Order: sequence, then C-alpha cells, then structure tokens
Amino acid sequence: GLGQGVGLTPPCRSHPAPPGQGWACRAVLGEGHQRTVRRVAWSPCGSYLASASFDATTCIWKRQEDGFECVTTLEGHENEVKSVAWAPSGNLLATCSRDKSVWVWEVDEEEEYECVSVLNSHTQDVKHVVWHPTQELLASASYDDTVKLYQEEEDDWVCCATLEGHESTVWSVAFDCSGEHLASCSDDRTVRIWRCYRPGNQEGVSCSGTDPTWKCICNLSGYHTRTIYDVSWCHLTGALATACGDDAIRVFEESPSSAPQQPSFSLAAHDSPGWVGTLHCSASVLRTSVEAEPSLKKRPRVSFSRHMSLMARAVLPVSFLE
Amino acid sequence: GPGGGAPLENANPLIYRRSGERPVTAREEDDELPDSIDDREIFDILPGGEGRAGPGRDEGGWPGAGATGVGQLRSAFLNPAHLIRSINDPEHPLTLEELNVVEQVRVKVNDAESTVSVEFTPTIPHCSMATLIGLSIKVKLIRSLPERFKLDVHITPGTHASEHAVNKQLADKERVAAALENSHLLEVVNQCLSARS
Repeated sequence: GLGQGVGLTPPCRSHPAPPGQGWACRAVLGEGHQRTVRRVAWSPCGSYLASASFDATTCIWKRQEDGFECVTTLEGHENEVKSVAWAPSGNLLATCSRDKSVWVWEVDEEEEYECVSVLNSHTQDVKHVVWHPTQELLASASYDDTVKLYQEEEDDWVCCATLEGHESTVWSVAFDCSGEHLASCSDDRTVRIWRCYRPGNQEGVSCSGTDPTWKCICNLSGYHTRTIYDVSWCHLTGALATACGDDAIRVFEESPSSAPQQPSFSLAAHDSPGWVGTLHCSASVLRTSVEAEPSLKKRPRVSFSRHMSLMARAVLPVSFLE
Repeated sequence: GPGGGAPLENANPLIYRRSGERPVTAREEDDELPDSIDDREIFDILPGGEGRAGPGRDEGGWPGAGATGVGQLRSAFLNPAHLIRSINDPEHPLTLEELNVVEQVRVKVNDAESTVSVEFTPTIPHCSMATLIGLSIKVKLIRSLPERFKLDVHITPGTHASEHAVNKQLADKERVAAALENSHLLEVVNQCLSARS
C-alpha cells in the first residue's frame, strides 16, 4: 500500500475523533507495486498521484469517483526508485534511483508520459528530487555527497550546477519560497543553505556565462546528533524543519539580525524530551551564540505534541502545511 | 557457503579461542532489579548456538524495564540463538569470534543513550565478504535489540582497503532495508546467522 508521511495527527486511541470528523482511509492501492513504496506525490492539480517504488517503477494514479486508477507505469530505472516530484507547471515529472540517474518525464493533455531525459551526472545512488517553486529547475540529492541542479538548455536537459561541501550522503533538499535559496541535509549531520548568485550580481560572485552560481552561505552544524533525513522550508514563514535519526524534530528560524550573505539561524523548537542546551550557529564568518531554554517564550508556529515525539523512532519525511 | 567450489580468499585463517561463559552476578539473578545492557551482552547476542539455557522471562514482569525492552534484551541473552560472537563466517566453518572478526573489546554499548557500536575486523584487507559480514552483524542486532537502540556497525579502522565504502553502506538504513528485500541476499545472511548443528 502507500506510505504516509508525518503531517497531521490522525485520530488514534489517545486522540479519538468525534463521530463524523477526523480522517478515514478512502483507498488502499495495493496492486501497483511489488516492493516497498518509497515516496508519493500529488500533482499540482490534485487529480493525480505518483508513487515511486523499490520495484524500479513509478505508478501514476488518477483520481476517480470511487477511488484511484493506475493510468500508467513509468519504467526504465534499473533498480529502486527513491523519489518522484511534479514540477509546479504540472507538465513535468522527475524520478531518481539507486541506479545513479535522474529521469525527466513530460506528460501531455492526453495523459501520455514520455521520458525526455536521462541524466547520469551523479556517481552514486540518488536519494531525492525536488523542483524549484517557480522555474523548471530541478535539484537532486545523492549518496555521492553532492546536490546537482538541472535545467533545459537548447532542448536538452543538462546539469547546470553541482553543490559540493557535504561530507556524506545528502538525503534531501528544499527550496525557499523565492527559489533563490536551497537547503540541503546530510548524513554528515549538517544542514547547509545555498544561495543563487546571478551573472552581474552586486556581491561580485563570479558566474560562468549566463549560468548562476550557487554558494554555500550557511552551515548549521552541532545541532543534530545523527543523520538528517529530511528538511522542509516553510514558504509562509521561512522556518526550516528537520527530521533526524536521533528521534528529534527541529525547527530553525532566521535571526532578526541576519545578514543576507551570511544568514544566521537559531533553533526555535526542538521536540525531544529533556533538551537543554547552548547552541552555536556557524555561518561562514559570523558566529552567533544562542542560549536556549526548554521553555521557550516564543511558541513555535507548528506545534508538536510530546506524544508524537515519543512515538517517532526516527523521523523520516516532514512537511509543512501550505 | 556462497563461495561454492571457488577457492577461499583466506584459506588459512587464524583461529582464536572462544571466551568462556559469562559469570552471572548476584544483581543479575535478582528479578526485581533491571539489567542494564552492556558490551558483553551485545557480544553474546551475535548469533549462534552458545549461551546459558534457562526458562524464558516474562518481559511484562520487569519493574522499571518500561516499554523499551530491558526485559526483551534479558530474554535475548538467554536465548541461545542470539549471540553475535557465534555468527558464522560466510566462507569458513568457523564463527566470527573464532576468526577474531568480532571481539568483546570492540563492542561499545551505552544503554542510557541507547547506542550500540560494533567494530569488526575482516580477516584480510581485501576481503570481499566484509559487507556481508557487517550486514549479518547489523541484522542480528536489529532483530535482537529493543527498537530504541541506534546501531553503528563499522570496520576496525585500518583493516580493510574499502572500509569507507563498506561503512557508508552499512550506515545507510535505506540501502540496508532495500538489500534485505532481496531474497537471495537475505538467505545468505540468515545462513550466517543460523546456529551450527
């Protein structure tokens, strides 16, 4: 069947839903895949659901009156598909796999899917793909410790940037609401923020030709004690949430005194029992020291119940409500 | 083993003596006191046919054990199938302890922080079975320990030509999970973990 990400707490034994309210399971799509289903993604229009599986296929499901129908199965990857993502335009889909490749698919009005590019830039397993919020720019995160960006140039999809810096597998990436910044999280226990500098930028960052340059402008290290599996950037508030193998969810917010070239982030919420600490945010030059206490005066925008924290063994996907 | 008729990589491995049975302390005998998990316990957990015989325990009856299974671990210790020292080497009719691939001194347990670290030493620096051995150790620990434990299985530094690559795979829980969905690989791992008759 389909996996469920962490998002809203469904009714359960300790939080029973009043009759007529709450969540109900409307469909179980059990026949689509032969192995673990790793990722699901709704199309921007909401009528389609894509599911990526370890069985090397990606299924596209169409919402019907009485459930969902598998309208097509995308094949081609050699082994486990790890992620699938729809471009905001709704015409493009990207998938990635342990076979080291990223595939871009086009869908037309007749619901026909066609692979328009197979991108073999990564040298290892590709964990995640994410689209830019407004442009047809694709980002991928890989076991080869890099993030790569792709766009269409002269009718061909090419890798237009490689973001190096992480010291181990990059598990996930997230763009901010403008798409000018990207956050990446890694097995190296850091979150890095990257900023896009365009040709002719006033900061004097050199660019090659017409391609922008991406530079790492902030490195959040020392907060996470194990692999960071997911990062999500809230497009409303700018807050960053992370999912970590140390069983904690952390929310970071940019400090009011933050400078655009060297932003500093502080830990706004950290839901884990018994947390007390002094935190240091490390940016490229600036060093900010933040004293944190368990009872924060400023309540985080997203509230996490202690129950949820205790339930989580390791937090995998995390997403903000739009 | 999986080698079939092919020549063994390490035809004359050094064989080490097995350590004796673990002496039981008075505290451990007392059912009212929770047992903490220590490195000898993990060492004993790597699979095989050793271990003390004894009646199974009722985990629910352990005061102070909580939901996170100190009682489960106690039961695992008593279960002869759960000893890491007795994991079979994939190629030789010997255990990992006998080959000195695993040693108690290289097992680090922090019960309070729920972490277990196991360093293992392949018999030769180019051993192609290193990943499989590491995976067997990891699977044994996953199956034996309470869920709260975070596991780190890696090669003793300086003892293998590809230790970074092997360690990275073992640390990637998605890769481990996907690999174990492969029935052939799972069968080989289960053979390493089965008790020798």
